[in-house]
Amino acid sequence: MEALILTVLLTSVPLILAATGELVAERSGVLNLGVEGMMLMGAVSAFAATSILGNPYMGILAGAVAGAMTAAVFSLFALGLATNQVATGLALTIFGSGLSGLAGAPFVGGTVDGLPNLAIPLLVDIPVIGNLLFNHDIMAYLSVGFLVLVAWFLNRTRAGLVLRAVGNSHDSAHALGYRVLLVRLGAVSFGGMMAGLGGAYLPLVLTPHWSEGMTAGRGWIALALVVFASWIPSRILIGALLFGGITIMQLAGQARGWTVPSQMLSMLPYIATIIVLVVIARNRDFALANSPACLGRLFIGNK
Amino acid sequence: MISMTPRKHIPLSLTLLTPAIAIFLTLAVGAGIFGILGFSPLGSLYTFFVAPISRPDQIGDLFVKACPLIITATGLVFCFRANVWNIGAEGQLVFGAIFSGWVALSFPDWPAITLMPAMVIASIIGGICWAMIPALLKVRFNTNEILVSLMLTYVAALFIDWLVRGPWRDPMSFGFPLTKMYSDAGLIHRIDVPFVGGLGQLHWGVVGALLLATAGSFVLSRTILGFQIKVMGDAPRAGRFAGFKPHLVTIGVMAIAGGAAGLAGMVEVSASMGQLQPNVSFGYGFTAIIVAFLARLNPIGVIFAGLIVALAELGGDYAQIALGMPKVVTGVFKGILLFMLLAGETFNRYHITWRRPAVMPVSKEQ
Repeated sequence: MEALILTVLLTSVPLILAATGELVAERSGVLNLGVEGMMLMGAVSAFAATSILGNPYMGILAGAVAGAMTAAVFSLFALGLATNQVATGLALTIFGSGLSGLAGAPFVGGTVDGLPNLAIPLLVDIPVIGNLLFNHDIMAYLSVGFLVLVAWFLNRTRAGLVLRAVGNSHDSAHALGYRVLLVRLGAVSFGGMMAGLGGAYLPLVLTPHWSEGMTAGRGWIALALVVFASWIPSRILIGALLFGGITIMQLAGQARGWTVPSQMLSMLPYIATIIVLVVIARNRDFALANSPACLGRLFIGNK
Repeated sequence: MISMTPRKHIPLSLTLLTPAIAIFLTLAVGAGIFGILGFSPLGSLYTFFVAPISRPDQIGDLFVKACPLIITATGLVFCFRANVWNIGAEGQLVFGAIFSGWVALSFPDWPAITLMPAMVIASIIGGICWAMIPALLKVRFNTNEILVSLMLTYVAALFIDWLVRGPWRDPMSFGFPLTKMYSDAGLIHRIDVPFVGGLGQLHWGVVGALLLATAGSFVLSRTILGFQIKVMGDAPRAGRFAGFKPHLVTIGVMAIAGGAAGLAGMVEVSASMGQLQPNVSFGYGFTAIIVAFLARLNPIGVIFAGLIVALAELGGDYAQIALGMPKVVTGVFKGILLFMLLAGETFNRYHITWRRPAVMPVSKEQ
């Protein structure tokens, strides 16, 4: 049972990372559908850096940088040239899938030593929950740390207020003298870095190898999680654990010899995403209360 | 500082020039990326874009590769024109293949004259059914059609995998995940060109694809349905005042796109495979999105755009054999091409000039 809960926690880490980053980008009014592509670039860079340098911490760094750089491509087009955000995000996912496959080709079949667990002294000795919560790799702690940080930043700081203002009414924010595109560039880059970290978690912890398209739709599920969380950071945690749990159900099902075909169990996370989207969308007040009003709308500076 | 002012009038030359410039820039950037990764830039471009069409029969293969892209993209043009973001054509394509496969496998004794139309209708119904899920959920609950249609793509891929490994597997397939072969009446045959014979793999489905794109162009530019779709996409408020029903337009364009994608699935299986297998599509549903954009959301343009993108796809197959690159590299080209096309759209719509920041004061006097 403990092993099962641990797996659920680990499975949800990449989702928490990617969804937290995307939440910040969306709060600033930018819908970046390229999360899957950024995660793949993060994953391949993390794997390459770790297998070349032999240090998984360099892999974390490489993943974050790769994610942010991939996001910069999105910013160049969607912010710099005001291209359609939906289509640009799709292009980023296609581009990222292709480039990660090309760059990762020499690394297919290799393995790396994953991130070590860092037990927090004293806390880890707490009965029952100690080992579950305080004996993880650094990225698991980081994911929750970033989540808390983002919640604090958005709700308690002046810069966070500016970011939300830009997302809710870019024209007003522009009129007040805030640099709309600069704020959005920052938010999108942060989103890219977080997606890169989320991608890096896959080869560094979950499965110690690289394969084409290894994110298997996690980037899209992260996007759905932001909707699920109705743009409130703390709710991402609940959503990610829920999805982690559903993903693990297929493993648990196989282990217990359920007679359901494995493909049906593999469908569960995707079907659950759809059900969750419907349930959330049904309650419009809940769904849209924190939805950034300018999400996906183009901003043409100095018109 | 970049300053963008909307153009009042977009010259035709610009409309035609932007895709050409986008393709040129894509080649340049792509060659640069190959260079950085240690491949010969010009050699890579040759392998990608010249080698695949250096013999006459290869022209036939190019059309065959473009066939599912043209069919699917023609449907997607309707969605994107109406501002409905169906990106799950891949799943709708798979369901078209499944439905038509059921007909072909259940009635192998039917003659072609009844079996073929039945398969076509079944594939269209299959694609529409799968597209109706995101469409109805969007209309009824206002869910995001992007995420729902995409999630359904994963579900469809797993579903066909289960079918061909489980209940539909041919017991004589020696354990391979394949269904029985379709009967001859369920296959789309190659075209015999007079005096030449077969031209590569060129089959009758290609003719169907060209006819479909032409019909799509007619519907979009000459019918009231096409007019409604364009108005709801460009000016939804005006459309509502005119009494158009946004929900009906959403459902209509999703049905068109789903039906077309389903048909593409049937054609691909009946013409190239002859039986169902776990992978009936190689990302055609996603690639068709790029085709639709390259065509500037014009169904006739889809034919040419489909051929250009199909060339990159064929090039990917060649690069895999000649240079040992993974098949996904075409994604690099496809992604860059889509970026460039979108940027071209901006240059089309806006007049872009450089201005020194000093000349643009923030007016506070108002």
